[in-house]
Amino acid sequence: METQYSTETNELTAPMTNGQAVLEEAKVRVENLDFWYGTNHVLKDVSLNIQPNKVTAFIGPSGCGKSTLLRCLNRMNELIPGTRLEGRVLIDGRDIYRNADPVMVRRRIGMVFQKPNPFPKTISENVIWGARVNGYKGKENDLVEECLRKAALWDEVKDRLNAQAYSLSGGQQQRLCIARTLAVAPDVVLMDEPASALDPIATAKLEETILQLKERYTIIIVTHNMQQAGRISDHTAFFYMGELVEADATDQLFTRPAQKHTEDYITGRFG
Amino acid sequence: MISSQRYDERIERRRRRGLIFSGLLFVATVSGLVVLITLLVDVVMQGAQWLDWDFLTRFPSRIPERAGIKSAIVGSIWMILLTAGISVPIGVASALYLEEYAPRGWFLKLIQININNLAGIPSVVYGILGLTLFVRFFALGRSLLAGALTMALLILPIIIISAQEALRAIPSGIRESAFALGATRRQVVWSHLLPMSAPSIMTGVILALSRAIGETAPLIMIGALTFIAFLPTSALDPFTVLPIQIFNWTARPQADFQSLAAAGIVILMIVLFLMNLSAILLRNHFEKYRLR
Repeated sequence: METQYSTETNELTAPMTNGQAVLEEAKVRVENLDFWYGTNHVLKDVSLNIQPNKVTAFIGPSGCGKSTLLRCLNRMNELIPGTRLEGRVLIDGRDIYRNADPVMVRRRIGMVFQKPNPFPKTISENVIWGARVNGYKGKENDLVEECLRKAALWDEVKDRLNAQAYSLSGGQQQRLCIARTLAVAPDVVLMDEPASALDPIATAKLEETILQLKERYTIIIVTHNMQQAGRISDHTAFFYMGELVEADATDQLFTRPAQKHTEDYITGRFG
Repeated sequence: MISSQRYDERIERRRRRGLIFSGLLFVATVSGLVVLITLLVDVVMQGAQWLDWDFLTRFPSRIPERAGIKSAIVGSIWMILLTAGISVPIGVASALYLEEYAPRGWFLKLIQININNLAGIPSVVYGILGLTLFVRFFALGRSLLAGALTMALLILPIIIISAQEALRAIPSGIRESAFALGATRRQVVWSHLLPMSAPSIMTGVILALSRAIGETAPLIMIGALTFIAFLPTSALDPFTVLPIQIFNWTARPQADFQSLAAAGIVILMIVLFLMNLSAILLRNHFEKYRLR
């Protein structure tokens, strides 16, 4: 599927070390990132490495900047007027803010939002649209099936691909949004609290899907749910008041956090 | 301490007051309707004797028995089509620019305030503008085109504002998810924003055109108030429209012309009713794009 688009990928050769995490190559590198909404300084000197084919969770209390950081990784924040960014974000060693087209960046770094937000179109149209606007030349039916299978939705909808997306349940809609994102062949998939509007069963199904996806994609997920972060993520980054407090392998961070703050948050003493 | 004895519920009094309140609301609603219905019945009764097929197919005449409103009906249809053709593309394009493209800032605010003010300017002022600009400066004469351009200016602010509101009503999640798939702004506009806002934009357009079809003052200013006993064949021909024909007849002293005017009013109201009906039908037709 990737070959249908012409995309350059530069391998990053010099890995950075970060905390106690064992590092191979970093897929995403955030270097000294500062971000402002107007005069509100919401991210303060954040530096972070995210590894390929792993699930990385961003955790922290509301307003800590974790969603903002996520949206900096595919340049969604610049759609909001009055925002400012300093520092660098590199994907595969390439700066996505300098000499880069935001449209290209967003195709390579997909995003799934908090609230399921399919287009008011049919199920297959939802999957195809993004591919079509990016000049997809392959067979559309094949793409729909492949993406719906990857998002673990195919079996539930294969008989009604021309039904309206809104006729699906909330959990199905969210997996449709994942399928839609996969249809433009991203390397990285960002998920902003994707299960917060779903019931426990739909959440379990979504988490299962995420675990299957990490074989081929680098996944970054913002979550408010500690158990969820524990269940699905390989690495976890804890944010507080716009700063990155601690980032480490999830089992490390959850069992032996280096910072008192992290421990207090994970054990539910605040936040 | 909170205890039940401290409360004096006075439930009877509260219920009575509630009844009085809802009664007052009902009277307010009915009073407007009663006046409207009285007017309608009066007009229909006055004009009923002239309302027949001949009235629709005859040109105006000095003899009441031979007078009809054919040229006014055709003129009104021309006028509406031309006005829509000019004002809809410009209005929707402006709204798209203002909502989706223009950088936020003082310039945008200034334009927005101006548009809101333009919507409140008396129509006769637009007539004077049209006379100076289109009739004289561009030398279009007292033509349909000059009239339609003037009308287009008059309803442009209404179309822009209603299209802006339609665009604003689209949930931001649609834009965000489309952009997140690597779409350009133009692709987001054409694939999602325009189809999704089309029903309410169209409703706004038809309501604006309903206003235009009843407008008299600006067309009198540009000089449409003439006796027209032929049909326009091009946009540069002189013309008359329904409200002007009605105004023409009411200005005459003979009682027959007064009731002819009443008949004209009935026709104008039927046209208006049909336009509003088509607005509803169009909106239902685009129901598939409606949001949850």
